[in-house]
Amino acid sequence: MADQSLISARGLVKRFGDFTAVDGIDLEVAPGEAFGFLGPNGAGKSSTMRMIGCVSTPTAGELRILGMDPVRDGTRIRARLGVCPQLDNLDPDLSVRENLTTYARYFGVSRAEARRRADELLEFVQLSDRANGKVEPLSGGMKRRLTIARAMVNEPDLVLLDEPTTGLDPQARHLVWERLFRLKQRGTTLVLTTHYMDEAEQLCDRLVVMDGGKIVAEGSPRALIENYSTAEVVELRFADGLDSNAQYAAKLDGIGERVDPLPDRVLLYADDGDAAVAEVHRRGLSPASVLVRRSTLEDVFLHLTGRTLVD
Amino acid sequence: MTTETTTVRGAGDPRPLRPVVAVVERYLTLYRRLWQASVFSSFILPILFLVSIGIGVGGYVGSIEGVDYLSWIVPGVLVSTAFQICVGESTYPVLGDFKWVRAYHAMRAAPVQPKDIVHGHLLYMIFRVQLSIVAFLLVVVFFGGLHSPWALATLPICALLTAAVVTPVTAFAATIESDSYFALLFRFVVIPATLFSGVFFPVEQLPVAIRPVAYASPVWHAVELSRAATLGRAPSWPIVVHIGYLLLWAVVGLLAARRAFARRLED
Amino acid sequence: MMTTLVAARISVSPGRVGAVINRNVGALRSGPSYWVVLISGFFEPLLYLLSIGVGVGALVGDLTFDGQTMSYAAFVAPAMLAVSAMSGALAETTFNFFFKLKYMKTFEAVLATPVRPFEIAVGELVWAVIRGSLYTAIFLGFMVAMGLTTVAGALAAFPATVLVGLAFGAVGMWVSTLMRGWQDFDLLGTGQFALFLFSGTFSPVQNYPVGVEILIQLTPLYHAVELVRALCTGIVGPGILVNIAYLAVMGVGGLWLASRRVEKMLCL
Repeated sequence: MADQSLISARGLVKRFGDFTAVDGIDLEVAPGEAFGFLGPNGAGKSSTMRMIGCVSTPTAGELRILGMDPVRDGTRIRARLGVCPQLDNLDPDLSVRENLTTYARYFGVSRAEARRRADELLEFVQLSDRANGKVEPLSGGMKRRLTIARAMVNEPDLVLLDEPTTGLDPQARHLVWERLFRLKQRGTTLVLTTHYMDEAEQLCDRLVVMDGGKIVAEGSPRALIENYSTAEVVELRFADGLDSNAQYAAKLDGIGERVDPLPDRVLLYADDGDAAVAEVHRRGLSPASVLVRRSTLEDVFLHLTGRTLVD
Repeated sequence: MTTETTTVRGAGDPRPLRPVVAVVERYLTLYRRLWQASVFSSFILPILFLVSIGIGVGGYVGSIEGVDYLSWIVPGVLVSTAFQICVGESTYPVLGDFKWVRAYHAMRAAPVQPKDIVHGHLLYMIFRVQLSIVAFLLVVVFFGGLHSPWALATLPICALLTAAVVTPVTAFAATIESDSYFALLFRFVVIPATLFSGVFFPVEQLPVAIRPVAYASPVWHAVELSRAATLGRAPSWPIVVHIGYLLLWAVVGLLAARRAFARRLED
Repeated sequence: MMTTLVAARISVSPGRVGAVINRNVGALRSGPSYWVVLISGFFEPLLYLLSIGVGVGALVGDLTFDGQTMSYAAFVAPAMLAVSAMSGALAETTFNFFFKLKYMKTFEAVLATPVRPFEIAVGELVWAVIRGSLYTAIFLGFMVAMGLTTVAGALAAFPATVLVGLAFGAVGMWVSTLMRGWQDFDLLGTGQFALFLFSGTFSPVQNYPVGVEILIQLTPLYHAVELVRALCTGIVGPGILVNIAYLAVMGVGGLWLASRRVEKMLCL
């Protein structure tokens, strides 16, 4: 089992001085999987990604990438990785196509083959018409797609994506997701970090929830929701909300599986939302607004850490 | 746990020079876009300089050490041009590739090691300086500024100077966080090294207290060697000493640059 | 001086101009090595003076200028001073001004306040000249100490260097509003360097062929060098009135054009 893992970590730790960014995590990523790290900023996702990308040395613990030791075989491992970093680092003075061909050369790809792959990848990320243009005028979404194409230029066994859609507008995000989904369908192994639960749900077969450098839960998005939340969530807002949300929560006690008062609303976790709403009204409460929705990873995270993801 | 090695596919080439060549290629691709602008700064400007100082001021100076002033400052201007290119291309562009463009981080994510980047940059710089020197020599021949076929020796001399200057400056650029430190580098190192290294007048005219500044500067050693070459005479110190001193800078600088790059790209 | 000149036409608030200057002082102070960078600025002209004036001067010996014999250092130092006043002001109003205009969006933020484009232009220019004048004042101190000019000569030359700074600073500011990108600064730098080499800086212009001499007399740095050299050496003729007029026209014209461009770029 462990022999086939592309990534295998045991008790992995990364410290910067006194600060522990990654605090003893275990994980396995199998070929063909789309694996995600979900967590807020500062949870240790990027530090973990940098260790997997062999640009940061683990402080303690064991880490094997593609069956090799990242400290000793870093160069050989990187030859088979594709990396899409959080901050775009495209070459602004090179053309769009040159960004890909130049990068391919770092992997020892021949010039002719680099040109062929560049054209194919530009087609794939829908940037063929910009091939000879400069990088600077590209929109944020186009730049991200170009960075993803660049990560594919060495036909990697494993693609690492650090916050692939952070900072993009909704339309650009969907375009990126759609391309990544196509990669996944081709059987490419994807490892990504995100603090967007919708992104994790869309793309990941399996994910770990990170908080404070530790893994607090692991599983498929569906399994995480089943294990840590209810099928449905009722969001109640009261006109005189704020300070009195805690008092309302007390009055709602016993409805569904759990009641969670937030500053602006009260969450009711129940497998049957409509039944829960009926019970709320039966108790004589009249919230200003009622919303029954499916449970999401946001609820899982809230339950596990007591905090919302984006705060 | 497992010692099984998966078959390496597509990449992981054992030839160690490949990444260095790829880094040089990146610089050449960039240079192809920017060379017109650099022709001005690295070629036209020194010619204007020669006309103004060499001919304008030279009219008053007459002859110095047995040759006309123009011929005397030609090797000085040549070396200081090479020096300026080296410093210019190893300060802002290097810091920029760490900080703003993050091109070095992109290379680092590929199988390019920090030392490959240092070596690639150095090779590109040697190539660039050689181009400028060749063009400069071609023009100066028409001014009658070269007095010996040994003038061709300025090419390897400038290659050595390039290694002696580019590596420590690159190491410095890789260590700092803010570009305002370059202002200090220019003021306290680059300008004194240009003004007091025997480019415009013999170092012997400096007060004894300031002369060690010249002797410590790699520029002076390169100027001495180049002047000996273009005028076809022996340099003031034994050739081995001049060359050895430049080599020392190159080797120490290279080690420092490799260390600085590895540190900056580590975490 | 420049402020009162144009105040009749456009109302300028000294307080708001002061606020623009103050922002620059604050930005400078926040740099990591503020004092070292500021103080080391004094060091640079001294190096040039030692190298060219004293080093090359020893090779040249004395030369005759306008019928008077003087040391090469005494001939070259005033020109270096004029160049220092020019490049000090230009550094601030071209490179830094362009950066603030195009990238930092500083002025867009400033214009959201009651500050007007003309006041920005005046504020930036005054700041550039204050910074440049600090250096020229020190430079003059060195010249007096080295016996390259008299105290009276230095006192007369100082306002002239302020005028040179205003003239080049204003025109530089206007030019930087026309810049398309950083690559244009290469051209500007080349032009500046050519002026530096051929404005009678290192040898009298009378040595050039007549056609070239007339051409040089049309360029701005020539007038700056002539004016500063006349005052430093005490060889003053009616020609300096032409120099002063030339520089004054540059300053007023540049400032007017620059503020119009800023207005067009940011107040649409």
